[in-house]
Amino acid sequence: MSDHTDSPSGTTATAERAALPMAAFDDPHLQPYAKNPRRAEAIVGFFLLAGLAGFAAYGGLYWVGGQTQWEGVFMGLGLFCFGFGLSAWGKYLLPQGPFEEQRHHLGSTDPEVEAMAAAIGDRGKMVFRRRGFLGTLLGAGAGVMGIVLAFPLLRSLGPQPKKSLAVTDWRTGSYLVDITGRRIHQADLEVGGSLTVFPEGSVGAAVDQTMLLRVDTVPIVTMPGREGWGPAGYLAFSKLCTHAGCPVGLYEEELQNLLCPCHQSLFHVRTGANPIFGPAPRPLPQLPLHIDSGGFLRAQAAYDQPVGPGFWER
Amino acid sequence: MALSLRRGRPRDGAGADGARPKQDPVVAGVRWLDDRLGVAKGGRVLLDKIFPDHWSFLLGEIALYSFVVLIATGIFLSLYYVPSAAETIYHGAYAPLRGSRVSQAFLSTVNLSFGVRSGLVIRQMHHWAADVFVGSIAVHMCRVFFTGAFRKPRELNWMIGVTLLTLALANGFIGYSLPDDLVSGTGLRIMFSIVLSIPVVGTYLATFIFGGNFPGNGDILPRLFIVHVLLLPLILLGLISAHLGLLVHQKHTQFPGHGRTEKNVVGSPMYPTFIAKTTGFLFMIAGVLWGLGGLAQINPIWQFGQYEPYKISYAVQPDWYMGWLDGALRIMPPIEFTGWGHTIPFVVFIPAVLFPGLCFTLFYAWPFIEAKVTNDTAQHHLLDRPRDRPKRTSIGAAALAFFFTLFAASSTDVLANFFRISLNEVLWFFRFAVLVVPVATGVFTYYLCKEMTGTPGVGRRKRAVIITRSATGEYESIPTDPRPGDGRSELEPTPVPVHIELDGEPETVGAAPAGIRRIPRRR
Repeated sequence: MSDHTDSPSGTTATAERAALPMAAFDDPHLQPYAKNPRRAEAIVGFFLLAGLAGFAAYGGLYWVGGQTQWEGVFMGLGLFCFGFGLSAWGKYLLPQGPFEEQRHHLGSTDPEVEAMAAAIGDRGKMVFRRRGFLGTLLGAGAGVMGIVLAFPLLRSLGPQPKKSLAVTDWRTGSYLVDITGRRIHQADLEVGGSLTVFPEGSVGAAVDQTMLLRVDTVPIVTMPGREGWGPAGYLAFSKLCTHAGCPVGLYEEELQNLLCPCHQSLFHVRTGANPIFGPAPRPLPQLPLHIDSGGFLRAQAAYDQPVGPGFWER
Repeated sequence: MALSLRRGRPRDGAGADGARPKQDPVVAGVRWLDDRLGVAKGGRVLLDKIFPDHWSFLLGEIALYSFVVLIATGIFLSLYYVPSAAETIYHGAYAPLRGSRVSQAFLSTVNLSFGVRSGLVIRQMHHWAADVFVGSIAVHMCRVFFTGAFRKPRELNWMIGVTLLTLALANGFIGYSLPDDLVSGTGLRIMFSIVLSIPVVGTYLATFIFGGNFPGNGDILPRLFIVHVLLLPLILLGLISAHLGLLVHQKHTQFPGHGRTEKNVVGSPMYPTFIAKTTGFLFMIAGVLWGLGGLAQINPIWQFGQYEPYKISYAVQPDWYMGWLDGALRIMPPIEFTGWGHTIPFVVFIPAVLFPGLCFTLFYAWPFIEAKVTNDTAQHHLLDRPRDRPKRTSIGAAALAFFFTLFAASSTDVLANFFRISLNEVLWFFRFAVLVVPVATGVFTYYLCKEMTGTPGVGRRKRAVIITRSATGEYESIPTDPRPGDGRSELEPTPVPVHIELDGEPETVGAAPAGIRRIPRRR
C-alpha cells in the first residue's frame, strides 16, 4: 500500500489482516513470566528507583567537586540497577512466550544459482574474448598501480634502516657519562656497584645505553682476546638485551649476573655477559674500557658488533 | 507486538468510506514513514524477530556493549589526550612527578586523570572495557566453537569474528602504548624487536613505522593514535555491523529442546521483550565497568613514570590478552640462525610472528577443516552440546589449555619470586608444561565427554527422595516435588501475534500487566 486513499476494499484488507498471526488477550503466551507480577513490578520499580538515585547522587557529587571512588560507586550502581530493572521488566513482566519464527531457506533455486554464475562467467568471457592483450594490459596496470601506491603508504613513513641498527655513538676515546652528563671517575663506583652510562654528547640515547659494573678492584679479562678491556674491575656491556631489546637492568651482584626483567634472560658478567639462561641467543656486546691519566673512564673503541636484538642484515 | 498500543478492533474498511475515525498517532507515524521508505512490512518483521534465550548467547552481547562503552569513553579521552612526544616539564597536581621531564602524551594522560573531573574514572573505565571487550570476544568465540555454531551456513560470520578478535587485540595493544609511560614504552620496544625479527623486510618495516631505529623520531605516537581512534575503530564498527547483519539475516542458532527444530527459531521477540532485556543488559555492563573504573585502579602511569629507553621495572607484564605471546617469547629456547651474512632471530620470529600467524590461520580455517574431516555439508541451526562432540570438544579444550599455559608462562618471574623457587626451574617447567598440559587436557576431556554421553541423566539435578523404613525393615523411596524452576514445562511455541484482541477486557490491561487474568501455568 503506497497510498492509503486507494487502499483495497475492506474485505481484502480484512483477509490480509486475518492472515497475520493473531492472539486473544488471555492467550497464555501473553502472560508475564513472573508467577507473582505484582511482586515483580515492585522489584522492577525498586531497581529503577535505585538507578535514578544513583544517577542523582553522581550528579550531586560531581557538582560539589567529585571523588573517584564514590563516582564509581554511585554511577556504577546507578547504571547497574537501572539496567537490572529494565532487564527484569523484560524478563518477568512482558509476554512470556515462547514465540517462534520459521527459518527461510537461505539458498536460492538451482536455476537462479546457474543464472548468476552465467551472468558472471559468460558475460566475463564476452569482455575478454579475443581481447587477451587488453586484459594483460589491464592486469599489468592494476598491478603496477598497487605497487606504486605502496610507496607513499609505506616508504614515506620513515628513513631506510641503513647503518642505524648496526652502529652506536660510542667512539674511540668517548668519555663515559651518567644520565646527568657527568663524567665517570674511577673512584665513583664501589665494588658491586652498577650505573647506566652513555657516550658524552649522547645522553639518554636508546642505542648507546651501556651498563657499567664494578666487579672487582683488579683488571678483569672476561674472555680471551679481551685483555685490558676491564681496568680496575670495571666492565661495560650494552644494556640492550639481545633477545627483544629491553634494558638489561638488574645486576645480581652475588651471582655476577645481569638479568633482563622482560623475559628473564640471564647473562654471566665474568664470562663476557654470556647468556646462561632464558631466551637471549647472544652475549651482550662488551665495551672495551680504559682509564685515562685523569682517572676518568673512557671507551677504548666502539662496540665490535651491532647491539640489541637480531635482524636480517646483522 | 502491539500489546499496549492497539485499542479496539481493526478498522475494517475505514479507509473507503471517508468517515475515518480519529487516527492513532502510531498508525499515522508508521504511514508517514512507509509512504516514503516502504518500511512497514520489513519493519514489522524486524520487530517480530525472534531471539532465542540462553545465558551463553549473552557473551557476544557483553563484547558488543563493552565496545559501545569503549567508543563513548574513548571520545571523552580523545578530547584531552595529546599524541605528541614533545618534552615538557610537569607542574601538575601529582606532587611526586613535579619538575620531571615528561612527554606531552604522558602529561596529557596524567592531567586528564587528575585535572579533569571524572577523568580518572572514565580513563580507567576505558581500560577495563578494553580488557572486558577482548575477554568477552574470547569467551564468545569459545561458546561458538564448542557448540558448533560456526558450521555451515555461518562460516563467514566465524571468520568475521576471528578478524574482530585480531583487531581487538591490536587496538588494545596500541591503546596501551599511547600514554607513553614506562610500561607501555617497554611494550613498544618489544614490538619493534618483533617487527625487526622478520627476515628480509623486518628492518625496513620497523624503521619505516617508527621513523628510524627505536625509539624513532617521535612520529610513532601520532601514528598509533590515529590508528587507535580512527582506522581500527572504523574497521571494527564495519565488521561488527556485518557480524550483526549476518546474524539477523541467517537468524540465531538455538539449542535443541521443546518445540525447537532446524526449521524454526524459538525465543523472545525483538520488540518489546528482547529490546527491554538487552538494553537493560547494556546498562548493567556499563554499570559494572563504571564501578571498576572508579574502584579498581588500572594502569597507574604516574607510578611507572615517563618512558625512557634505558629505564626498566621489575614484573613487567602486558595486558592479559597479550600474555600468551609474552609467555611464548619467554619459554622459547634461544635459537638464532646466522650464516651467509644474515641473521634470523628465530627466538623472536617463531613465538611472536609465526606462532600467532599460525594460530589465527587455524582459527580462520577451522570450519572448513572440520567440515572436510567430518564430511558434513548440511546446514546447521541447532547447536551441539559439547559432550556430544568429544573430538571437537577435546581439541578445543587442549587449545585452551595451551593458551592458558602460555599465559601462565608470562609470569615466570612473579611465580619464581612468590614460591621462592629458582627461575630456571620455573622456565623448564613451562617448557615441558606447554606440551604436556594440552595433551593431558585433551585426553581427559575426550574421556570425560565419552563418559557423560554414556551416563543417562548426567548433569541434571536429581530430585530429592524421602526414604522411609517400615517397622518390618522395608525401605520405601518417595520422590519429592520438583524444586522451583525444575521441570518448568514450556508452552508450545507460537508465532508472534501481530494483532491482539483487546476487546472485552478492562482498560487497565495495556498499562498494568498485573491486571491480566492469570492463567494457571501448565505443568
